[in-house]
Amino acid sequence: MQEYFSLFGLPEHFGIDVSQLEAAYRTVQAQVHPDRFANRPETERRVAMQWATLANEAFRTLKSPVARASYLLERRGIEQDVERNTSMSQAFLLQQMEWREAVEEAADDAHELKRLEQELERDNRVMLDDLGRALDEEQDLSQASELVRRLMFMDKLRQEINEALARLEN
Amino acid sequence: MALLQISEPGEAPDPHEQRLAIGIDLGTTNSLVATVRHSIPECLPGDACGILLPSVVRYKKDATPVVGSSALAAQAMDPRNTIASVKRLMGRSLADADAGMRARYDLVDTGGMVRINTVAGPRSPVEVSSEILKTLRERAEGSLGGDLVGAVITVPAYFDDAQRQATKDAARLAGLNVLRLLNEPTAAAIAYGLDEGAEGIYAVYDLGGGTFDFSVLRLSRGVFEVMATSGDSALGGDDFDETLADWLNAKAGAGVDLDCSKSRALLVEARRVKEALTDAAEVIARVPVAADGVKGVRVTASAFRDMTHELVERSLGPVRKALRDAGLKVEEIQAVVLVGGATRMPHVRDAVARHFGRKPFTDIDPDKVVAIGAAIQANVLAGNRRPGEDWLLLDVIPLSLGLEMMGGLTEKVIPRNSTIPVAKAQDFTTFKDGQTAMMIHVVQGERELVQDCRSLARLELRGIPPMPAGGARIRVTFQVDADGLLSVSAREQTTGVEANVVVKPSYGLSDDEITSMLQAGFEHASADMQARALREHQVDAERLIEATGQALAEDADMLSAEELASIEGCIAQLHRLAQGTDHLAIKAGTDELSAKTADFAAKRMDKAIRLALTGSRVDKLSI
Repeated sequence: MQEYFSLFGLPEHFGIDVSQLEAAYRTVQAQVHPDRFANRPETERRVAMQWATLANEAFRTLKSPVARASYLLERRGIEQDVERNTSMSQAFLLQQMEWREAVEEAADDAHELKRLEQELERDNRVMLDDLGRALDEEQDLSQASELVRRLMFMDKLRQEINEALARLEN
Repeated sequence: MALLQISEPGEAPDPHEQRLAIGIDLGTTNSLVATVRHSIPECLPGDACGILLPSVVRYKKDATPVVGSSALAAQAMDPRNTIASVKRLMGRSLADADAGMRARYDLVDTGGMVRINTVAGPRSPVEVSSEILKTLRERAEGSLGGDLVGAVITVPAYFDDAQRQATKDAARLAGLNVLRLLNEPTAAAIAYGLDEGAEGIYAVYDLGGGTFDFSVLRLSRGVFEVMATSGDSALGGDDFDETLADWLNAKAGAGVDLDCSKSRALLVEARRVKEALTDAAEVIARVPVAADGVKGVRVTASAFRDMTHELVERSLGPVRKALRDAGLKVEEIQAVVLVGGATRMPHVRDAVARHFGRKPFTDIDPDKVVAIGAAIQANVLAGNRRPGEDWLLLDVIPLSLGLEMMGGLTEKVIPRNSTIPVAKAQDFTTFKDGQTAMMIHVVQGERELVQDCRSLARLELRGIPPMPAGGARIRVTFQVDADGLLSVSAREQTTGVEANVVVKPSYGLSDDEITSMLQAGFEHASADMQARALREHQVDAERLIEATGQALAEDADMLSAEELASIEGCIAQLHRLAQGTDHLAIKAGTDELSAKTADFAAKRMDKAIRLALTGSRVDKLSI
């Protein structure tokens, strides 16, 4: 299977130039998209669909920092098995519980939910910086791995806040 | 013999060899067909009645069904056999059908997709839609004077897999080669975007006769990228008609139930009044009453607005959802485009303008814009891309695809708003020793519980090699193609054995049903259909010969001498067959050549794509 970074001509780094990724994605899709092969024989249409599917999956993975980090770790032999590997620092577990409670308590308060969202956003940015350092500079894969798990949790929490906000809106 | 014609894939070989392709807007109320002639998209008119074909089919005993305005005119006279708004029943069961449709027609529960009892026998919504498509196909062939390469058919963006598949099946029954199913709001965006050369983030608010779609797109350097889509596949202009009809009946007849024919006449009158209120402050409705005759009822624009306020509000929920999914605020939307006849209602326009804080675009006729966008895409897909015409469309799947897990819970496999084509592989294992089959239930929707989602299909995997419990590792791949349609394949990982996937669509037609419907068509106009089949297979054969010849000219060195000789022999044989009239032999010859060149074609594609990707990167580096 084609490796994602090289598909888009990017170096295999956590830190990437997102606009370069987007431009490369468009270039690739312009070549492989099934719409370019709609009047071609069935075999070519099928191959085009496979390439376009790959390009979409590669783009989706590299665009999201958490998915990109997971992919990099996977390439270095570390599977992010979230179901089984839940080891996280005690401090983070405590903070997780606090956040969860805060979100539950704020379920009817759009203002408070938005404030929490911003707070998470801030922490998220700090963690992403740490993750970049762990992956690109220090090569500290176990640290990176824990950060990815934390960020996945944060994503889930932000999604819950989003859903709560959606319920309030309707 | 134009065997060695060399041109890039997707590029027109020669201006006078324009391939004929059409775009069809298969609407709830009206349908249209459009094409691109001399680089200009246009809607094709019918005999006498302009470009709109009312999506109404009237069935008669032992006679060809009547489609369009004469069927529309017969509605009140023959309500049971005159089917309008059939789009609302596509890929739907009896239980899904709304009260209005159930009251108007004799619907039959089949467990799967509903059937409609008519004087000509039970008809599936797919067959009814295919009559509309057939009429449009004939209109296009008559007007363009030649065989069509294919058609782009639009569907509501919010249509689920069953509704999309039903539409594609209807096209197949109508003898159309579907180049692509295109989402209606995306079609509108193409028509607008290419017209205005626009860049930025656009929203399309598409309220049709029976469906509502809302899509957010980013237009940038020739790429139309759908960021999010949402909607309500059971909200449209029809609902405004029904609300008004109920109100009129309550006013005029004290709510007494009308017979079938009168209640249809009432609905027709309600629609007339609704349309008249677009320009008038008040209209006198002539309401049929239970006793003979009609009663005049005054309807003001403000009364109409008040009684349908809730419907307009309902459309704003999906608007908010799509913006949230796209991570956008209202202010970030550069412009809002209105599509669909129902957006002519002033209070709908006002609500959209209020929500977005700006006046929506209505420059292109909201009735035509979808068909025009479809025609533009059909033209490009058929291979008539002009040099420099270099745009690309990236669309999404509207609803999440999931699987039924233990305890009736849904596990999402492909989330909504994923760019298509998209695939996900999921591993399953056996739980019994020697187990050789397993069932997988695929659903579509956002809810946690399977019962709250839409059942798409039950897949039975057969031919799993017998192993101890938990020993088999079956990787099931769910592939959604560029039409938004799902296909499934399965392979046991340790042995590499391909499992046989038997799909039982929950609300679709099986292949057998489609075949028998096609055959029923053959019986009616046997000679005609035979001639069509022959022509279609000849065209397919010629196209494959042409493509293969082109491939050999470029890459014959990728083949061994034996492979080359075998392919060339196969071409020569197919060429001979294509001169004859045995359409089954031509089909078999085409299949043979196709199979024989499959590996070659795949290798060539891989090579071309890899080359193009390296090439583009080199270009970038040299800048």
